[in-house]
Amino acid sequence: MNSVSESLQLEMYRRMGLIRHFDQAVQKLFNSGRIPGSTHLSIGQEGEVVGACMALREDDYMVGNHRSHGHPIGKGAGVNALMAEILGKATGVNQGKGGSMHLADFSVGSLGESSIVGSGLPVAVGAALGSKMQGNDRVTLCFFGDGASNQGYFHESMNMAALWKLPVVFLCENNGYGVTTPNRRAAALEDISARAAGYGTPSTIVDGQQCLAVYDAVTEAVERARGGDGPTLVEAKTYRYHHHSEGPLYDNMTYRPDEELAAWKLRDPLLLFRQQLAGYLGAAELDKIEEQAQAEIAGALEFAELSPFPEPEEGYTHLYRTPIAVYGGEL
Amino acid sequence: MAKITFLEAIAQAQHEEMARDDSVFLMGEDVSGNVYGSSGGLLEEFGPQRVLDTPICESGFTGVAIGAAMVGMRPIVDYTIASFMYLATDQLVSMAAKSSYMYGGQTHIPAVFRAAMFYNGGIAAQHSDRNYSMFMNVPGLKIVVPSSPYDAKGLLKSAIRDDDPVLIFEDGNLWGQRGEVPGEEYLLPFGQANVLKVGSDVTIVAIAARVGESVKAAERLAKEGITAEVIDPRTLVPLDTHTILESVAKTGRLLVVDQGHRTCGAAGEIAAVVAEQGFWDLQAPIKRLTAPDMQIPFSTALEQGFYPDAGMIATAARELVKE
Repeated sequence: MNSVSESLQLEMYRRMGLIRHFDQAVQKLFNSGRIPGSTHLSIGQEGEVVGACMALREDDYMVGNHRSHGHPIGKGAGVNALMAEILGKATGVNQGKGGSMHLADFSVGSLGESSIVGSGLPVAVGAALGSKMQGNDRVTLCFFGDGASNQGYFHESMNMAALWKLPVVFLCENNGYGVTTPNRRAAALEDISARAAGYGTPSTIVDGQQCLAVYDAVTEAVERARGGDGPTLVEAKTYRYHHHSEGPLYDNMTYRPDEELAAWKLRDPLLLFRQQLAGYLGAAELDKIEEQAQAEIAGALEFAELSPFPEPEEGYTHLYRTPIAVYGGEL
Repeated sequence: MAKITFLEAIAQAQHEEMARDDSVFLMGEDVSGNVYGSSGGLLEEFGPQRVLDTPICESGFTGVAIGAAMVGMRPIVDYTIASFMYLATDQLVSMAAKSSYMYGGQTHIPAVFRAAMFYNGGIAAQHSDRNYSMFMNVPGLKIVVPSSPYDAKGLLKSAIRDDDPVLIFEDGNLWGQRGEVPGEEYLLPFGQANVLKVGSDVTIVAIAARVGESVKAAERLAKEGITAEVIDPRTLVPLDTHTILESVAKTGRLLVVDQGHRTCGAAGEIAAVVAEQGFWDLQAPIKRLTAPDMQIPFSTALEQGFYPDAGMIATAARELVKE
């Protein structure tokens, strides 16, 4: 922690604040019927998201998942185009074609978010393979959840990354639940990280609510990857305050006790970060950063609201890079 | 022009493109071992990194190819057997086909997925799939079905240079077939059908190995005074509907020949295009010759007759012309 500069710590806090306020704004939009479909919030998980992303270089790659508004923000994406995408606007980062589950900002190395659980894992391995083949020293960070670790993709990806010593960091966001099923009823082992041994891959467990602890663990993993020593599995124990997705589906569900949620909220990542910084940063300064983050999200909301919806004909573009005649569409 | 086999044509295309562009690489199970003969000499020239043997994990290594393509590589994935693509279907459908669209054109997937169709050889239900039709139903993919060494080389080279995901279905029954391939470089464009026989009595549209059977049938029919126009679409996505419709406008009769299953198949799609857009040119109902909607049996005694051959095609064409 001592090696982390004050300016970097302030930036971490700022990005955590951005993610928190972004998701709170999305929640309000969803509840007022402004967002079609489905949305998944990562409130409570901001510490591991930011800690992991900020251990990367700007030109490194990152792959997210369905619960992934925070990942591109953590990687440095601008929030205006992300918020516009959530509302399906023409100015959205995907021009309204991807939405909440598919945010991607390739300009900052965010290689997209697949909402098919686990399917981003081999894509991240492929990006790492590409970097190795191209002879650059870029690292790819792959976020996935405890649920995804039960997909074949996890095992196939771990095996190939270890076999080929690829520069990839697997970041398991173990938030304890796959939709409503607790991890203990989905996996025989409590710790996902234990599985790394099966692939001869180093692993570590880290407190996902401690942004700086995650930063340290991922920094070490990134160094290993960049140095040519292959992948690492970092398991961040964390928690989502919200249900799997927004909406009435989970109202009155009792799959997790209220006390559990309350206990995790006492270990809120923003709160813990403030406590750590309190020794040498004043509350007023931190409040100011958070207010700025809140204002930035308010600005993003305004930008998104004022942006036009895409023209209907835009629904028929981008299917191919080299367009061909298709029914109803291109050419 | 040299006469080379279909497999040699595939190997030449890969070799030329790998030599031309450092971002092209081949990956799949046992590719360095050149088990089937389409990757001979590649390991020696390009090394194990660009002739990458993968573990047996089709879903995983397909995702790896897609990720590599996202960061600027041009992978050629060799599934060897088309039936194994089902393991990779999530990646092909949810990632390869959707990434360009879903991310608003921020990325694209310049990857080639090669799949050989090993039917008609007693290899039974789980290895005999001719499954191009399934993937025709997925927007975002391009689908290539070469019917000769010349086409295989020219189309594969175009596929490797294409910026979108291309599935190329290689008919295993053609692997040993020899054909003339020019020494100088050439590319074949997608979406341009090949008219192998010009005729005025009936249009036969055929796919992959059914093209050769249709040409044979046309030669038999010619002796009887029936001239058949034989069209090979070469690519099913994009489909050259123009050439097919023009031919039907001339002949008034359409026979579609496909080794795939019938329901929701490529033959049905081609028939539907003509029924919708060429109906008033038709002088007889469209006819399809396909494999039965049945699983593929092991015993040769059972499998024979499953796929339309020259005799069946000639018979169907005669019936059509009579109507």
